[in-house]
Amino acid sequence: MHQRELEWISAERAATALAWFSIGLGAAELIAPRAVARLAGIREPRGISGAIRALGARELANGAAILANPRQPAWLWSRVAGDGLDLWMMQRARQRRGVKDARFKAASAAVMAVTAADLMVAQRLTTLERQQSAAPPRLEIVRAVTINRANHEVYRFWREFTNLPRVMRGIEAIDVIDDRHSHWRLRVPGGVRVEWDAEIVDERENERITWRAEGPVVAHMGSVMFTPAPGARGTQVVARFEYEPRGGPLGSNIAWLMDGLFEDQVQEDLRRCKQFLETGEIPLSDGPGLLRPAQPATDPAEIRDYSGVHR
Amino acid sequence: MKATCWLGTQHVEVRDVPDPTILNPRDAIIRVTRTAICGSDLHLYNGFIPTMRRGDVLGHEFMGEVVELGTGVKNLAIGDRVVVPFPIACGHCLQCEREMYSLCENSNPNAWVAEKLWGYSPCGIFGYSHMLGGFAGGQAQYVRVPFADVGPIKIPDHLGDEQVLFLSDIFPTGYMAAEACNIQPGDIVAVWGCGPVGQFAIKSAYMLGAEQVIAIDRFEYRMRIARERAGATTINYENMDVHDALVEMTGGRGPDACIDAVGLEGHAPGVAGAYDRVKTAMMLETDRTPALRQAILECRSGGTVSVAGVYGGFIDKFPMGAVVNRSLTIKSGQTHVQRYTRPLLERIGRGEIDPSFVITHRLPLDEAAQGYSMFAEKRDDCLKVVLAA
Repeated sequence: MHQRELEWISAERAATALAWFSIGLGAAELIAPRAVARLAGIREPRGISGAIRALGARELANGAAILANPRQPAWLWSRVAGDGLDLWMMQRARQRRGVKDARFKAASAAVMAVTAADLMVAQRLTTLERQQSAAPPRLEIVRAVTINRANHEVYRFWREFTNLPRVMRGIEAIDVIDDRHSHWRLRVPGGVRVEWDAEIVDERENERITWRAEGPVVAHMGSVMFTPAPGARGTQVVARFEYEPRGGPLGSNIAWLMDGLFEDQVQEDLRRCKQFLETGEIPLSDGPGLLRPAQPATDPAEIRDYSGVHR
Repeated sequence: MKATCWLGTQHVEVRDVPDPTILNPRDAIIRVTRTAICGSDLHLYNGFIPTMRRGDVLGHEFMGEVVELGTGVKNLAIGDRVVVPFPIACGHCLQCEREMYSLCENSNPNAWVAEKLWGYSPCGIFGYSHMLGGFAGGQAQYVRVPFADVGPIKIPDHLGDEQVLFLSDIFPTGYMAAEACNIQPGDIVAVWGCGPVGQFAIKSAYMLGAEQVIAIDRFEYRMRIARERAGATTINYENMDVHDALVEMTGGRGPDACIDAVGLEGHAPGVAGAYDRVKTAMMLETDRTPALRQAILECRSGGTVSVAGVYGGFIDKFPMGAVVNRSLTIKSGQTHVQRYTRPLLERIGRGEIDPSFVITHRLPLDEAAQGYSMFAEKRDDCLKVVLAA
């Protein structure tokens, strides 16, 4: 297992233990506030039951929140703050009500020990969280479709890259340079053009194509696998993309946002590939998405534009 | 051209819109001669189906004359008189090869929307929301028919429009619902709802060998048609206890099969009906289901519950305990119309059935809005509205 995951697990265990401590103490404070006060050495516990019960409720809620998400540092920091509140309340009780010294000192020491433990775990979780967001996550997208056509037909359609702009939305053109190299041009909404070079790094006829794409914006490893579907049901096509977001934390946030869109895009492209290979066309909607009402257009080009199908 | 447009909840209007054009090689343009308002159109009308947009052209029951063909359609000719099935199907995917046409994997260009709600997408449907394709419907003078080489069926000259129009939806829908009941000699079938689909379910159950068909509704004029034209015994659920009546009629065992021809806007008297009304009003449930619940609870142990009515989203208080412990089979699906058009056309040709018996109102296309409100409010003993375009 990954080292960082092991660190997460040990921090999570410590947080969970503190959560149960929180719940135990909280329950005691709620059920028997005076007993708790006496245990802390406070001489005159009458009249502070309400305050102790409030502390108990806070402890319970905090404990439950940690259990619900033991990797969230905020709930441990909230425990640290709660410890501070406990110590302050104890000091106030000592000034106003008087205490049995030995018990009070023991109780204060116990609270401070717990505070130290809370502080340690909170810091550990915060550090782990920072490390995690700093490391660029490797994003992976996998999408699949089954096409009711023989393996070699589907493979041949894909391997002839000039076919792909017919089914891939936004791909304007693919220039094939030689058997392994090609240049791709994508037009994204707003007229921005994105270009990249692709190199086939591995391929096996009728089975798979693996490529690497390099460009100023786009950089990924991609592969398409072609497997005969069981029961002579055509060909299973599995597309896989792996990429590391560029441009530091901002880039990785943008990539994370774009990830879902890209996933949908891959799914749509596979669907269109299936439509084209099975039916010979990409059927057009009168109301693509929710972009225009489902009624005929004066100019069919409007529907083609919304659908991103131009040939 | 003129087309019936959805403009909002309980608001449709016949408006001028552009004429359709061929967009794909396998498209055809049909000049509509007759079209009908379907009970499921009322779900759109009443705002129960999501992803409608102001201006959508309605209508999925229509027939007419081929006036234009894409280059890919070889089996039709200009001038052919055709009925068009409401599900759009490509004919080449695995589902189409298995004759599960309403599950066509290629005919919904907006499949991704349906996937968000239902997991996977069914076929595209004419005039039935954007998540089912955003296709302009047939309550219009002209309509574009995708995959026209698969769906439309040519009609012999000696059969009139009104005899064959319902091959587009409600006759096959009632028939498929009855077929799903796997009717054995001696079987008693109960049908919830005496709307047009219910009428055809009753007729079809008899065609498939049912001993007796019991129909449940609350509108006397609809039950009269079910008795007189379809041969059913009827139960008015507002005057009679449905359970007591069914127990008596089935020798204490329950109907062998129950067909729900009501769908998501069901009514029920008393607490059960009020429960669904409140929950749908508060958006805690999307569909009202008293008919389906009752069909399940009344069905004979080991029997079949066949759901022809349309449901769109999520339902509450579904009696799964009855389904499991009494070995019930639930069958459902949008109708695989293309599977039934030919055999049912032959039945019509042989005179076994004249589907026009459900028609109560004939209006010009211009009066579609009146047709919708009359049908929705069940005014003037309205059972089925046919529009002449």
